[in-house]
Amino acid sequence: MNISSLLNALPGAVAQGLIWGIMAIGVYITYKVLDLADLTVDGSMATGGAVCVMLMLNGVNPYLALLCAVLAGMLAGLVTGVFHTAMGIPPILSGILTQLSLYSVNLAIMDFKANQGINVTKYSLIVSQRNVRQLGFDNPIFVTLIALAVLIALLYWFFGRELGCALRATGANEAMSRAQGINTNIAKILGLMISNGIVALSSAMLAHYQGFVDVNMGRGAIVIGLAAVIISDVLFSRLFRNFALKLTGVAIGAVVYYIVIQIVLWLGLNTNLLKLLSALIVAVFLAIPHWKAGISARRAGKGGGLHA
Amino acid sequence: MLELAHIRKTFNPKTVNEKVALDDLSLRLNDGDFVTVIGGNGAGKSTMLNAIAGVWPVDSGSIVIDGVDVTHLSEHRRADLLGRVFQDPMTGTAATMQIEENLALAARRGQRRTLRPGITRQERSLYRDKLAALGLGLEDRMTAKVGLLSGGQRQALTLLMATLKKPKLLLLDEHTAALDPRTAQKVLELSEQIVMQNGLMTLMVTHNMRDAIRYGNRLIMMNAGRVILDISGEEKQRLTTQMLMDAFAQASGESFANDRILLA
Repeated sequence: MNISSLLNALPGAVAQGLIWGIMAIGVYITYKVLDLADLTVDGSMATGGAVCVMLMLNGVNPYLALLCAVLAGMLAGLVTGVFHTAMGIPPILSGILTQLSLYSVNLAIMDFKANQGINVTKYSLIVSQRNVRQLGFDNPIFVTLIALAVLIALLYWFFGRELGCALRATGANEAMSRAQGINTNIAKILGLMISNGIVALSSAMLAHYQGFVDVNMGRGAIVIGLAAVIISDVLFSRLFRNFALKLTGVAIGAVVYYIVIQIVLWLGLNTNLLKLLSALIVAVFLAIPHWKAGISARRAGKGGGLHA
Repeated sequence: MLELAHIRKTFNPKTVNEKVALDDLSLRLNDGDFVTVIGGNGAGKSTMLNAIAGVWPVDSGSIVIDGVDVTHLSEHRRADLLGRVFQDPMTGTAATMQIEENLALAARRGQRRTLRPGITRQERSLYRDKLAALGLGLEDRMTAKVGLLSGGQRQALTLLMATLKKPKLLLLDEHTAALDPRTAQKVLELSEQIVMQNGLMTLMVTHNMRDAIRYGNRLIMMNAGRVILDISGEEKQRLTTQMLMDAFAQASGESFANDRILLA
């Protein structure tokens, strides 16, 4: 356990955290803005990479392949949205159904192989693990930061528009939204599409970064996304009130998550236990507001007794 | 003009919980009518308002607002004709959005939502004036989240949102029932003022007989999903709560034994 091995691993953790930060922003849009827990992401977190890598292996320009990945993710979101709105299936179940079907779809995209590699020496990758310690414009940390800045700026712009406001209203109060003439079904579908498009973008970039796509790379993605959202809530809820800052906070949350994971691994945790650890951490943080409410309610009850 | 013709609505049909909520209900309102609606619990008052608003489809009958047959239109597609204020102050506003954002959402009722700005500078100054007219000091808190407001403030804001774009019909569904008496009084006066200024056709459900008599130019009483009493003009001005209770007993064949209404 020497500290230099941890320090060595940090740039990788930061790069990975930033890429997952893009995905966490996608989760933020469904979970916080639309108030829906969307489990589609566990599937679309592999779909984006699969589409991007397979297109590139077939000679498509990497940026075009990235765009197609985003569109594929949006399609996945559309399916979940239709399950939920047109077919009346509860949102969580809708997401699970899409996620499950995406497993087969992803395999089909990947020529029915569990993973597909893309060689950094043969293909021009937008981000690559190989450059993570190099100073320069092809450093994945630098590239991902730019991508995040553009993404956050776009989302900030969009959610200040009429359509974006309608989406936020739908998440805040559906009855009120309908009374104000908002088609809440369309709003939810649109939100799910945007969210999964962003997740697929993150997936494609992660595939570039690690040099391969794996059909299982999205497993537990929703938990990582939630972890980032919650970490950002805990760290920045008082500090970041503006929407753009909140999204930035979520990306930072993902980086913090990956650094923590790196430290835990460095302390000697078995890699196979990571998902258990992540789930427990997220469960505890999700419980905190509930516990807090319980405690303050009990205190209020006692206080009331004294003042009566 | 509002025309309800032979509306029927049954909840949980063919189950033990079957409830005929609207039973061949017909009602006609003229432009500018301010109608108060009273009746016991389960009489169908809120159900009637929800049917007009399109919260769910009716089983049969037709609903025509200002010449538009809305019977088969979904809730959001008829929203441009309607302004609504609900019983629960939480229902009418988006708590996590700012006061001015809520108003901007309401200002776009019935319009296609596009990529134009969600709120403009001209709008802000308009909203400031409108909020100042409420006299609640909300004009200085336009970027505050609505969740920070009191119930009365939220109902006043909802009222403003409902009438920001002049609706063909204003639906007030016991909108002061959740407020303390003094606040309820204020919101009621504000409602009357807005209705009168804009000459709005209005349906106001209330549990309070005195309010039902005091406000509006017409009063209807409902029982078992239909209108059993319809009084307007000078006759309404001479009404007393005792007359209403007698009328109820006569029309329905049972005494008006609802505590909430008796005490009100």
